[in-house]
Amino acid sequence: MSAELIRRSAADLATALAAGEVSSVEVTQAHLDRIAAVEPAVHAFLHVSGESALATARDVDARRAAGETLHALAGVPIAVKDVVVTEGVPTTAGSRILEGWVPPYDATLVRRLKAARLPVLGKTNMDEFAMGSSTEHSAYGDTHNPWDLDRIPGGSGGGSAAAVAAFEAPLAIGTDTGGSIRQPAAVTGTVGSKPTYGSVSRYGLIALASSLDQAGPCTRTVLDAALLHELIGGHDPLDSTSIAEPLPDLVGAARQGLSGDLSGVRVGVVRELQGEGYQPGVLARFEESLEVLRGLGAEVVEVSCPHFGYALEAYYLILPAEASSNLAKFDGMRFGLRVEPEDGPVTAERVMAATRGRGFGDEVKRRIILGTYALSAGYYDAYYGSAQKVRTLIQRDFAAAFERADVLVSPTAPTTAFRLGEKLDDPLAMYLNDVATIPVNLAGVPGLSLPAGLSDDGLPVGFQVIAPAKADDRLYRVGAALETALESRWGGPILAQAPRLEENR
Amino acid sequence: MSTTTAPDLVPYEDAVARYDTVIGIEVHVELGTRTKMFDGAEVGFGGEPNTQVTPVSLGLPGALPAVNGTAVEYAIRIGLALNCTIAESCRFARKNYFYPDVPKNFQTSQYDEPIAYDGWVDVELEDGSTFRVEVERAHMEEDAGKNTHVGGATGRIHGAEYSLVDYNRAGIPLVEIVTRPIEGAGDRAPEVARAYVQTLRDLFRTLGVSEARMERGNVRADVNVSLRPSPDAPLGTRTETKNVNSFRSVERAVRYEVGRQAAVLDAGGRITQETRHWHEDRGTTSPGRVKSDAEDYRYFPEPDLVPVAPDRAWVERIRAALPELPAARRRRLQGEWGYADAEMRDVVNAGALELIEATVAGGASPAAARKWWMGELARTAKQGEVELADLPITPAQIAGLQALVDAGRINDKLARQVLEGVLAGEGDPEAVLVARGLEIVSDDGPLLEAIDAALAAQPDIAEKIRGGNLGPVGAIIGAVMKATRGQADAGRVRALVLERVNA
Repeated sequence: MSAELIRRSAADLATALAAGEVSSVEVTQAHLDRIAAVEPAVHAFLHVSGESALATARDVDARRAAGETLHALAGVPIAVKDVVVTEGVPTTAGSRILEGWVPPYDATLVRRLKAARLPVLGKTNMDEFAMGSSTEHSAYGDTHNPWDLDRIPGGSGGGSAAAVAAFEAPLAIGTDTGGSIRQPAAVTGTVGSKPTYGSVSRYGLIALASSLDQAGPCTRTVLDAALLHELIGGHDPLDSTSIAEPLPDLVGAARQGLSGDLSGVRVGVVRELQGEGYQPGVLARFEESLEVLRGLGAEVVEVSCPHFGYALEAYYLILPAEASSNLAKFDGMRFGLRVEPEDGPVTAERVMAATRGRGFGDEVKRRIILGTYALSAGYYDAYYGSAQKVRTLIQRDFAAAFERADVLVSPTAPTTAFRLGEKLDDPLAMYLNDVATIPVNLAGVPGLSLPAGLSDDGLPVGFQVIAPAKADDRLYRVGAALETALESRWGGPILAQAPRLEENR
Repeated sequence: MSTTTAPDLVPYEDAVARYDTVIGIEVHVELGTRTKMFDGAEVGFGGEPNTQVTPVSLGLPGALPAVNGTAVEYAIRIGLALNCTIAESCRFARKNYFYPDVPKNFQTSQYDEPIAYDGWVDVELEDGSTFRVEVERAHMEEDAGKNTHVGGATGRIHGAEYSLVDYNRAGIPLVEIVTRPIEGAGDRAPEVARAYVQTLRDLFRTLGVSEARMERGNVRADVNVSLRPSPDAPLGTRTETKNVNSFRSVERAVRYEVGRQAAVLDAGGRITQETRHWHEDRGTTSPGRVKSDAEDYRYFPEPDLVPVAPDRAWVERIRAALPELPAARRRRLQGEWGYADAEMRDVVNAGALELIEATVAGGASPAAARKWWMGELARTAKQGEVELADLPITPAQIAGLQALVDAGRINDKLARQVLEGVLAGEGDPEAVLVARGLEIVSDDGPLLEAIDAALAAQPDIAEKIRGGNLGPVGAIIGAVMKATRGQADAGRVRALVLERVNA
């Protein structure tokens, strides 16, 4: 029964809950049981809030019994990345410097989850302050890929992706600054959507790079992603960069896609996002998916985005610059870790230095130093200024490409999941993982990753769909159509092919 | 260290004879908005520490700023009143530096794109002339919190045991107004500096953008001073004296820096570009941080905020709704009141403009209002060493007093006694008049009694008058006035005396 429940999609669970076939308490308890069973192997969570999740579930069941009209996802449990601030629940962003901090307020998206009465199962592991592509930079231990526990679950949102892939949660919240939702989705055989910048409020996300960060859904189906995106998205006056106009009809677009017809849809293959550096198995699955799209009636064209070649360099100036400023507040003065110097006077400056020295990990320090340098007088124009120009050129590349295509596509990541530790000492190799996802953040456009099958190594490959800003509905239409067609080839969801995790009971 | 001994000072007159002074002034004004610049925390003076805060003004992880529209409107009002161009679009920037009173360890400010720029304001000096000060920019920013250092000798951080931070002030909206170098003021630079800050203070109050109370730090001035050998020489190295918070101090600080810098230059030294602290008690400045060592603030555009692009129609509505500005109002009132230039200047310098305006509004003639405030009351204020406005008397009371005079119920001499009673807290003029029994005796009965008594007491004088010699009438009138304690109308007494003698 509970094994059955945890494998169902959020949309299915919502239907079953609405029909009274199952209670939210049963669904929530099933997931908490699964968490207890597989967490020792996966370690997707940093904090499990079982009691409050069950309390929400009981409340939903009581309201439903009383005939109250509830949100479609009411009672469907969810996990939240630990970079999202949750009132009364520890929030660390994967960093030692926030150990023990209990926020006094909720992020806007959490308020929306609570208003819709989704039981929050807990907070998921991540690279410290979302800096990384493997979750190995978490101060609280590695998360393991459910497909192969010796491999990385992607990052920075490896915890959310692994939780969904391991059936610990049907839904999770991720955040994506350069691929942190999409790349983990790709390497865990799940779905991840990075909405248009401004589509989902950033109020209450612990900022990495303000102009790039965006929260979004981590799910196992495209329809579930659309459902969750609609719930958390929309204007928020507390976030000045939030888009004022209403969201497009995302769920409607996903349902339209499920019908399987993509006649007249122009799909642009980005020439610069394939070839050298991409695993043959990744490229093979990508080509097969293009064939499937053609079969659904889509017109596949090639487009060129010549400035994408500079994206990684621009990104690694803009991100550290903004991060160096965003992370300045972690100083031991008001919240979180406070370290006093071991000898010498205890001045504010020395406490700040000692706290930051002890509280931040190496990758965080590396990027703060990079960013501080890039913003320094005399270097600003050469580094931050030039990077912003590249950003404009990339936006123009996208604009030109969207003249010729309704959506753009590429492999999500150049490789399947690598082994834990494999790239930990080589930051540049680690950064290259995000080569196909970063341009999307720089331009602020939406991107979605869905499973495209397994590579020769038996590990999942991700297929990325990119749409123009504010046209997130196209992601869900094309994504759902491709998903349906691929699953009918595979005879079921890709995760059915994942090895069964040893349950610890 | 030589900083403990006062540096040599060149007497001001000598200094300005040898050097040309150039000043520049940065004024910060706290806007009187209900909430802070970037969040909904309510603003109020004197709240318990750290009660007027939200996750935003505490800089908690995840919090984001949102611009206060009223603060933008106030900044535009200030910009328009200073004859500035209002930017079609402008941005906020982050000024990055670590200090515990800055919760995010950066201040959200405007850097290369201020909301208002290229303006000017005419400043009236004590001799009635005006001096035009050019305004480079007016930009929006947020205030920092307030540090209290506990356990040290003087409340300074040096030697303190620990420090407390109150974030109530953190995030209060500020507008900073920066002048261009003010040249051509010559030896009047200190006066120009003071008059400029005073002009801005009056402007803020008139515009309704701030209570602009200097003593609460609502308005704070940083004063830049440099000297050069002659007006056509290039600008000299400047010093910036921070947080000079009264009009008088602004004038004194400029004067002091002129004398100090002249001494350095006379001795063949060079001025160090630095910020300096103002010491109100000693009337001196001392070195702060050296500018060339100043931190690199690593300014960059605030990515959490979108550009502020004030709609042109909105700006024009704000312009149309601006109240009458102080200079225009002074010109209008002078015309209405018919004061001579010198009279008007004295009124303004004495801080009597509002008082006279209210007194006139209460029914007194402009001449009478001026006579009271610039005469008897100015003397009283001077004796008591208080401002005119702080005297315990209202314009309405002065108008009431004058009404008693105009009605013939008291004469000038009695009016001064009534005034004395009002100032002594005995109540309104009418009440004082009744309580002290000062009303002019207009009933002939008691006057005739007094006249008869006086005539009877001095029969020889009565005889002379009867004989046509009117010279001694004054003696009888004097006696009657004495008998009625001055409350008689002298003209009426004279008429009655003549009537009586010739009857």
